[in-house]
Amino acid sequence: MPEQLAFAMEVFLNGLMSGVLYALVALGFVLIYKASGIFNFAQGVMALFAAMTLVGIQNGQVPFAHLINAVLGTHIHHFGWHIHSVLALILTVGVMVLLAVAIQKFVFRHLVGQEPIILFMATIGLAYFLEGFADLMWNSEIKKLEFCLAGTTCLPQGINLAIDEATYNWFGYGFFIDNLDITATIVAIILVIALVAFSQYTKQGRAMRAVADDHQAALSVGISLNFIWVLVWSVAGFVALVAGIMWGAKSGVQFSLSLIALKALPVLMLGGFTSIPGAIIGGLIIGVGEKLFEFWVGPLVGGATENWFAYVLALVFLVFRPQGLFGEKIIERV
Amino acid sequence: MFYREAGDFKTSYAADNQTFPIKFDRMGYYTALVIAFLVVPFIINDYWANAILLPFLIYAIAALGLNILVGYCGQVSLGTGGFMAVGAYACYKLMTSMPEVNIFFHIIISGGITGLVCVLFGLPSLRIKGFYLAVATLAAQFFLVWLFNRVPWFYNYSASGQINAPERSVFGIEVTGPNTEAWATYLFCLVFLVASALIARNMTRGMAGRKWMAIRDMDIAAEIIGVNPLKAKISAFAVSGFFVGISGALFFSVYLGAVEVGEAFGINKSFLVLFMIIIGGLGSIFGSFAGAAFLVLLPVVLKVVGVDWLGWPTDMVAHLQLVIVGGMIVMFLILEPHGLAQLWRVTKQKLRLWPFPH
Repeated sequence: MPEQLAFAMEVFLNGLMSGVLYALVALGFVLIYKASGIFNFAQGVMALFAAMTLVGIQNGQVPFAHLINAVLGTHIHHFGWHIHSVLALILTVGVMVLLAVAIQKFVFRHLVGQEPIILFMATIGLAYFLEGFADLMWNSEIKKLEFCLAGTTCLPQGINLAIDEATYNWFGYGFFIDNLDITATIVAIILVIALVAFSQYTKQGRAMRAVADDHQAALSVGISLNFIWVLVWSVAGFVALVAGIMWGAKSGVQFSLSLIALKALPVLMLGGFTSIPGAIIGGLIIGVGEKLFEFWVGPLVGGATENWFAYVLALVFLVFRPQGLFGEKIIERV
Repeated sequence: MFYREAGDFKTSYAADNQTFPIKFDRMGYYTALVIAFLVVPFIINDYWANAILLPFLIYAIAALGLNILVGYCGQVSLGTGGFMAVGAYACYKLMTSMPEVNIFFHIIISGGITGLVCVLFGLPSLRIKGFYLAVATLAAQFFLVWLFNRVPWFYNYSASGQINAPERSVFGIEVTGPNTEAWATYLFCLVFLVASALIARNMTRGMAGRKWMAIRDMDIAAEIIGVNPLKAKISAFAVSGFFVGISGALFFSVYLGAVEVGEAFGINKSFLVLFMIIIGGLGSIFGSFAGAAFLVLLPVVLKVVGVDWLGWPTDMVAHLQLVIVGGMIVMFLILEPHGLAQLWRVTKQKLRLWPFPH
């Protein structure tokens, strides 16, 4: 087997893995968009906020320590305890639910019936607010995220030796696949199955789909819109938390984490804003496409094409199919 | 008492259609112009010029441009930073390749070039609408910044990858380069701002502007009553790009002097200008000014209050600023979706009746 082809295959596989991570972020967008028609630009910042909260709780940081020190002249920074990852995870989910309630209560309840583009801009404002808030709460230095279930079973890092060896024996070339990416893929698959099961087989899930279909009809059969929206934002917060853990373990919890939202946007455009399978397939296409493009064309044009390739691909694609791959057909009436 | 149209008789259509129909407004407008042109240049110093006045003038031009696209034509764009970069790099290439031409023309031509680029990226708007378009304009943002970073021709193969404004002068007075006077750069930008505002105001109340607004309000209905969506959208992108390009060129050549594209024209710039027009008021010329002034002043005020008075660390004030700006955006969208401009309109309406509102 030629070296070049094996190398391309490795790039392809890595692209699939990063595509899964994009899809994970895109999922959060789709959930909120379907249920409330809000295009939530703050999803990436929510991932950042969730990851920072998790690390902060784990390490026993004092929230707003920076602010308190500046105002009162004290020098507090840590409580001095370490909390187990699972407990911290549960606490963080609680914080995300609180956040969902607050967002619904203070922002979107007052914006019901506004044009979608106004709602979109509100989420941009929300993204700025949350970003500053997270930095104030847990300070903005780069943090290391270690997530351990019990004892020493942590999120794995580094090259997967089994795959390396197996592919070396087959092709004479060892593939470099990150253990973390494999874990992320498995977690993403479980998450998607859980979400589908939740929306298909539970009462709340059904109510969620009803709201997504038609707000007024849902209201008339006695579904509380307020509750469903809080629920949806909580679920999106949970998805953001999972995405935040995966990306945070990969590259550290820092500001750039919020930029993954920008990577998820072309995924959404490609897959359609309203489709969960679309988010996943779009993520895979973008992940593989940008890695292969960088591999073959990147060296010719100076590299770093990953910054824009996804957008241009989505843009070109949209010109031919304006609603994305799996989006609902856009019908316009006067 | 004094804020009335009563007794102010119009004898021609032109007088009836003027921008400031109330005499008091007109006087205020002329006074503002006189102060801006004849008073401020004499009292300005370097701190005021660099921290407040120059950024305000330049961002106001960018906000005017974006407001035409978003506020009047309804096409949301997140690519402003990229388009400003086009203006800056076009200006740089023109300044270095044709040093004998006056910089005044360089800036106008770079505006024109940006308009063309903007049209190119606006073409998909005929097929793509709403959020999809907003996200599609991000393609312009990322692609353009990457282009200026990676293609050495754009920065004349300089080792650092930066572009530096050479020294250029207008009427023998330097306006770019390290040896400029505060009043000269201020006046240079002010001329562009006033001209842009006049053009924008007259375009938006003329046929072009009415077509844009028809497209914004409902594009299918507009098409049925005979507005050509192709022409309307493309012209909005072109005019908007022209203004944004001028502001990018001024931002680079007059204000910063040296630019690293990812830092000066990143995605944050796009959001900043978008926030300006949201806070100022979508679809309002006055709003562009108000929003630009607000978001230029806010960090300065916060820095003075937080760092200088209270002695808080700089990074914390920066985070607080994010919280405040984000909170204000949400608050404005909830309380007053039409921004500061609407507050001003309400105030004017009240003033007309004051002091006898009943």
